[in-house]
Amino acid sequence: MASKTPSIRALSRYLLRPQAPHSHCQHQRKQYSAAAAGARLNGTVEYDTTPILNHTSKSTLANPELPAEIRKGQTKRINLYTAVNEALRHALQTDERVLVFGEDIQFGGVFRCTMNLAADFGTERVFNTPLSEQGLVGFAVGAAAEGMRPVAEIQFADYVFPAFDQIHNEVAKYRYRSGSTGANCGGLVIRMPSGSVGHGALYHTQSPEALFTHTPGLRVVIPRSPIQAKGLLLSAIRCNDPVIFMEPKILYRAAVEQVPVDAFHLPLDKAEVIKPGKHVTIISYGTPLYTCSAAIAAAEKDFGCSVELIDLRTIYPWDRETVLNSVKKTGRAIVVHESMMNAGVGAEVAATIQEKAFLRLEAPVKRVAGWATHTGLMFEQFIIPDVTRVYDAIKQTIGY
Amino acid sequence: MSFRYTSRILRAQRVVGFSGQRRVVNAPVWQRCRGVASTANAEKVLFPGALNSEFTDKLDFIQPSQLDAIPTYRVMNQYGEIIDKEIGVETEDEEALQIYKNMVKLSVMDLLMFEAQRQGRLSFYMVSAGEEGISIGSASALHPSDVAFCQYREAGVYLQRGFTLAMFMNQLFANAKDHGLGRNMPVHYGSKELNIHTISSTLATQIPHAAGAAYALKMQNLQNPNQEKRVAVCYFGEGAASEGDFHAALNIAATRQVPCIFICRNNGYAISTPTSDQYRGDGIASRGAGYGIATLRVDGNDIFAVRRATKQARLLALENGGQPVLVEMMAYRVGHHSTSDDSFAYRQRVEVEDWKRRDNPITRLRKWLEGRELWDDAQEKELRSTTRKEVLRAFEEAEKEKKPSIRNAFEGVWEELTEEQKAHVSEMRDVMRRYPKEYDVEGFEGGMKGLDELLEGKKA
Repeated sequence: MASKTPSIRALSRYLLRPQAPHSHCQHQRKQYSAAAAGARLNGTVEYDTTPILNHTSKSTLANPELPAEIRKGQTKRINLYTAVNEALRHALQTDERVLVFGEDIQFGGVFRCTMNLAADFGTERVFNTPLSEQGLVGFAVGAAAEGMRPVAEIQFADYVFPAFDQIHNEVAKYRYRSGSTGANCGGLVIRMPSGSVGHGALYHTQSPEALFTHTPGLRVVIPRSPIQAKGLLLSAIRCNDPVIFMEPKILYRAAVEQVPVDAFHLPLDKAEVIKPGKHVTIISYGTPLYTCSAAIAAAEKDFGCSVELIDLRTIYPWDRETVLNSVKKTGRAIVVHESMMNAGVGAEVAATIQEKAFLRLEAPVKRVAGWATHTGLMFEQFIIPDVTRVYDAIKQTIGY
Repeated sequence: MSFRYTSRILRAQRVVGFSGQRRVVNAPVWQRCRGVASTANAEKVLFPGALNSEFTDKLDFIQPSQLDAIPTYRVMNQYGEIIDKEIGVETEDEEALQIYKNMVKLSVMDLLMFEAQRQGRLSFYMVSAGEEGISIGSASALHPSDVAFCQYREAGVYLQRGFTLAMFMNQLFANAKDHGLGRNMPVHYGSKELNIHTISSTLATQIPHAAGAAYALKMQNLQNPNQEKRVAVCYFGEGAASEGDFHAALNIAATRQVPCIFICRNNGYAISTPTSDQYRGDGIASRGAGYGIATLRVDGNDIFAVRRATKQARLLALENGGQPVLVEMMAYRVGHHSTSDDSFAYRQRVEVEDWKRRDNPITRLRKWLEGRELWDDAQEKELRSTTRKEVLRAFEEAEKEKKPSIRNAFEGVWEELTEEQKAHVSEMRDVMRRYPKEYDVEGFEGGMKGLDELLEGKKA
């Protein structure tokens, strides 16, 4: 009688659950993302040494975006899911209007993001919902409209589509259509794990951010690291606009850095220049930033160029000024994202650069993105942008 | 593997369950009270999915077609006579008169606005004919602070709560005084003071909203025990109940035990679709039990039944900290679906005429009032004529109002205007300035100034 879907989804959740770090795990991972023999560029991402992450307390606290008191404080090494957990914990502690709910939230979540929250804050505020995305998002809209600040979780971004009507027609339009009655659901945050993990195939890999950037009224945010996840999620919860918060799930456990112990907020309307450069600008967000960073290291060595790397962070409304200032300086731009190229975020960024920096451009804006296909299980490595494709894009763009 | 082997394993597990008591006690709060079996030897089904089920050796499919249909609760028959005189109506005469006047006011407004749309003075309209009793009766039995979510055929809820004729007309004309700031189609009313959320055209999306709002109210009821406890109430048609959001909402309302009253207006049609093409179960009410929700079916033409049902539903919804209640109110959609619909394309004119003659909430209450000598033909004539004048006066005044400032085209999408929006406003203003003859901005409050002020950051 029961349909096939729930059991398949339950299984996939189990399989994608982050495993405890034991030697077995390393071995397993290699099966999926093993580099080709002789590969120089497409190796595994070195999370331990990547400049994207802050490996020392000193480098973390040097961040000028952090408030002064945080920069005088302590840090500790945590991964991204712990950073999300800490942000939720802080929000629950400081604002009694905050509710955290979704499928399988109560025991800690399939990705451990809500660990111990139900025990510490009670099941009135941290609870499981029935397995219905449209239901739990609609529920969140109503709760937000009556003054709560719900943080709803969609278990995978791939499963947000049943809630698409609620998000596009209700969440995004609530304030506008309510006019002078002042009603709104701005207290709402919808969290969802997104992006590739190496073996997620069609329904555990998607990055549907471009669909939400076509909806006025929403804010779409994607953090790249634990510090960003904590600071941006806290800002999202405090923000009076509804926020779609997409967490790159491959980074939940892999991305570890020194994160301020206390709570802090990062801006929701600013891109960040991660690495300054002179000859070409790469604009990206989320997981591909690590790919870009590795490609930049190789390209700078091989071609003697200097590449500027920008993290958009807030995908919509996005920070045009930072991007345009950079491209006006370098004269070249590449946009990198996992989701399909056509009508993706890259299309908007490239069009804006073309329009606002036309006379400064010395090469066409290059897009490195997912190909026009679905992510078939065994083919992910060919479809998702890798180090080689970004490296080649730099080569082509500076050689144009 | 033999069955005996399996059962032995089951027994062994039960023993472990017994000796493992301590572990259960130490479990986190949310894991407690989730025991599956009562005793080791219970001849009860142990499946966690249906704890109270008993085994049976009879193979009997439940056949909905063989079950009795859920009865329809009524207090007064179609001649306006009270059926159980001992219980009576518990509605004061004054209140009954006021409800009657509001129902007449709604139907007069409907007639005139339908005609106004036909003359092209309004872009769109939807009447409540035949369903005035559901909206006005239920609203009269709720507390004014209860939060309401409507579909679109519940103008009576607004009227009963104090939405004035001027407010209706301002919304219909989307003028500068419209609460929706000229953004919504006609009949998409909303009011902060009356605790009614603005209507959206998307069907059934408001049902999970009501569940979520009720959860917020439940938390607020707990936090402010001295204040009047509040419920959320949600209206929808029987067609909307086919949407996934109906299912999602009732299910989550039940699992979270929220104080929400779901009121279904079952009027027989969703545009042209008769209920036989909408569902095959016993209406909407029969679904309530499946979600574990207390449910009642009511005669929607009987104002006293609607009122008593709503009052009781409200008490029930607040019991035990909160629980959802489903009330299916039966009616017949006497009018066309909307001004864009000619219902005689899919139903017989005689069927509609029959209903108009046979039964309707207004005439039924009028019969009761006349039976008590509270009403007569002269009063009826006087009421209809004054109401007609009031509606027309409000209509003409609203029609004369300016349209809202053009700034409202952009404001309110986000809390603050975004940089992208500022660029768009400025580009639009530039085009409008360079092609002044192409745009008529005079009718809009402030004309082009609305855009200037928006860009300068001046508050409206």
